[in-house]
Amino acid sequence: MSDVWNVVIVSGVGTLALKATGPVLLGGKPLPDRFTGVVGLLAPALLAALVAIGTFASGQRLVLDGRVLGVGAAAVAIRFRAPVLLVVIIAAAVTATARVLAG
Amino acid sequence: MAETSGDRGFREGAVAVVPMAVAVFGFGLSYGVLARAAGMGGVAPVVMSATTFAGSAQFAAASVLQAGGAAATAALSALMLNARYLPIGVTVAPWLEGGFWSRLLHAHLTVDESWVIAAEGTGRWNPRVLLAAGMGLWIAWILGTLGGVLFGNVIGDPARLGLDAAFPALFLALLMPQLRTRERVTEVAGLRIGAPPPAIAALIGAAIALVLTPFTPAGVPIVAAGAACVIGLRRRR
Repeated sequence: MSDVWNVVIVSGVGTLALKATGPVLLGGKPLPDRFTGVVGLLAPALLAALVAIGTFASGQRLVLDGRVLGVGAAAVAIRFRAPVLLVVIIAAAVTATARVLAG
Repeated sequence: MAETSGDRGFREGAVAVVPMAVAVFGFGLSYGVLARAAGMGGVAPVVMSATTFAGSAQFAAASVLQAGGAAATAALSALMLNARYLPIGVTVAPWLEGGFWSRLLHAHLTVDESWVIAAEGTGRWNPRVLLAAGMGLWIAWILGTLGGVLFGNVIGDPARLGLDAAFPALFLALLMPQLRTRERVTEVAGLRIGAPPPAIAALIGAAIALVLTPFTPAGVPIVAAGAACVIGLRRRR
């Protein structure tokens, strides 16, 4: 079994185990009220981290490159209620243009 | 937002997911190109998209392999990026119906985008919307990966097309609607801050991720950012 297939199998089985723990083990039991306040904030915290990493991280380094302009343009588009697809296209187009102009 | 989880159905989920599925198809293309360039071959990336089914994790695994990292490191970074699916799975669990296989299917189709689309507010999730949105995203992700693997040479370098910026832009589009809440003030450790709790959690999460990036392996900063949600612990509901 090659390295690549080991990654595919471990990642696939592990991810399904992570996802299924709640639905299969918890079943239909509702969460305690105190806990809902916490999990409600999990999405914004993780999504913001994904935005920050995706915009500034290059491996383990933090860099400023064309992505900053692309994501900034996306933020403006979101502000003006542009559809998601347009937001994504704007981000890619602005970033690609910035890279061409920067040589 | 609807008061019950029964107002929206499979059709609404399928319609709502279309723009995101098109975007996810585009990411699938770039993933297929990158995975092929990382030496994963043509079949493994498509199988990984059908099973792991998580963009950021798969991108991370491919980039670790491309950088010459060990298989164990690649798999671990993918799993750390997906650790958020443990609490995310817990949030949807109470709203799922049916037996073991139905629950397993819903769990597999729970990804960031389908989770957000299926949210009904106040900690409720709609299982039919989740199923429809998840299926649409799953098909788009697999077809995109297949396209990227097959036509990688034509598409060229994903970074040249700015596709690496499309990912944070998508996550930003998912984040922004969540920042608007009825609560205008957050109480943290006795301090009253004039901003809604999700906005504070987002700022703390982003700060944790950026501070940890130079010092920890890929994936750890994002998992650690989840700790920001503890500011919701002391809030009375």
